[in-house]
Amino acid sequence: MTQPLLRTPLYDLHIELGARMVPFAGYDMPVQYPAGVMAEHLHTRAKAGLFDVSHMGQVRIRPRSGNIADAAHALEALVPADIVALKPGRQRYAVFTTDDGGISDDLMVTNMGAWLLLVVNAACKAANFAHVHKALNETCTVERLDGRALIALQGPAAEAALTALNPAAAAMRFMDVAEMDLAGVSCIVSRSGYTGEDGYEIGMANEGAETVARALLAQPDVAPVGLGARDSLRLEAGLCLYGADIDLTTTPVEGALEWSIQKSRKPGGARAGGYPGARIVADQLADGTTRRRVGLRAEGRAPVRGGVALFADEAGQVPAGRVTSGAFGPSVGGPVAMGYVATDHAGVGTRLFASVRGRLLPVSVVALPFVPATFKR
Amino acid sequence: MTVYYTKEHEWLRVEGNEAVVGITAHAANELGEIVFSEARDPGTTVEQGDSVAVVESVKAASDIYAPVTGDVLAFNDALTDDAALINRDPEGEGWIVRMTVADATQLEGLMDHATYTALVG
Repeated sequence: MTQPLLRTPLYDLHIELGARMVPFAGYDMPVQYPAGVMAEHLHTRAKAGLFDVSHMGQVRIRPRSGNIADAAHALEALVPADIVALKPGRQRYAVFTTDDGGISDDLMVTNMGAWLLLVVNAACKAANFAHVHKALNETCTVERLDGRALIALQGPAAEAALTALNPAAAAMRFMDVAEMDLAGVSCIVSRSGYTGEDGYEIGMANEGAETVARALLAQPDVAPVGLGARDSLRLEAGLCLYGADIDLTTTPVEGALEWSIQKSRKPGGARAGGYPGARIVADQLADGTTRRRVGLRAEGRAPVRGGVALFADEAGQVPAGRVTSGAFGPSVGGPVAMGYVATDHAGVGTRLFASVRGRLLPVSVVALPFVPATFKR
Repeated sequence: MTVYYTKEHEWLRVEGNEAVVGITAHAANELGEIVFSEARDPGTTVEQGDSVAVVESVKAASDIYAPVTGDVLAFNDALTDDAALINRDPEGEGWIVRMTVADATQLEGLMDHATYTALVG
């Protein structure tokens, strides 16, 4: 641990706002502000939260031919999502798969018209860049956008707050992407996020990040929100945390991410397969898997956290799976969790038992998300 | 009645052969909003340093270690429905567990209020 922590361009602003900073994926990041995790979480669902996610990796892929379809075809060799059909000004969720059908990261892909923009997890960004560069270098230039920041504005008041800076934000729909000026700073704005709420992610050159963040914080309903609430928000929204809920050992089908594989890439589709592990994934799409990611709701008040073992019986004799993420859900008002369970026990309503501090606590398999999404489709 | 403190940020209010245990205001503030707490069953004997209770905040689960050896007498039932009481009144109504003090000489190794206050600054 001799490597100094990196700082985002908003570091000084976090300190000024009274943030408690913690190391996260090599960065010194705000885990909470003085309001606290609970208040920040609830504020995001009631009004609007502003998050610094500049630690995430951004990658630009330009086709050497000048034809965006060439970049899209090339990227489809790494992800099971349909990139070719992704229209200019649209964004889509995808996963990088491995030859075993595992997941090496999840990401957002945007068609910027002349190029593709990838947003990847902070912890994976060096590996991802190398992976994409190696695979696409012949047909594309692949460039790390280390000089760019990213902030997220999430919650029901996000539209009003962003529209106050630029009225064009109001016309955007879920997963639309547009370039627009905000407070005099040129930004790439997507109507997306990772909280289950309507909202935006806003990318800009590092130098402009503080100007935009301050302009948004000056709006009446906007408050800063740290990584603590970001985690409970995404968990309530049923969204995966890479490294916990999905990783190299989980496939997109086990992870209940089939929706991220469009019809064109499934067996029988126009561009079926062609990504690492495609045969394994195709078999699982046809035959199912022996385990599946599900939502879990504890009957009591004790949080059931990541790593907890699950059993099918009250005596703890029949293993059923494992919790991968779990916490107190402030909007739910009780413990929420996700985990992998044997398919026999994955049906909604199945009662399981979680081993917490030597006791077997009853939990139920529930449908995800815990809190309904409020996207502007 | 004397109150002692530990390096793990517990307090122990001794009344005769019994003691009430909780976490300090400093600890409650560090943990953030507390959403759940539970203790070992009454009658359980715990050695000094054993986990005697757990406090879960929105961030993480934290063990509460027995400041002394003794038997668990009771858990603060008020925390069952309102664990946030620990945040609101950590060194009063938000006490966590009542236990016996098996060996009063262990108290000599704990801190007094002035020493603890100096420790947490």
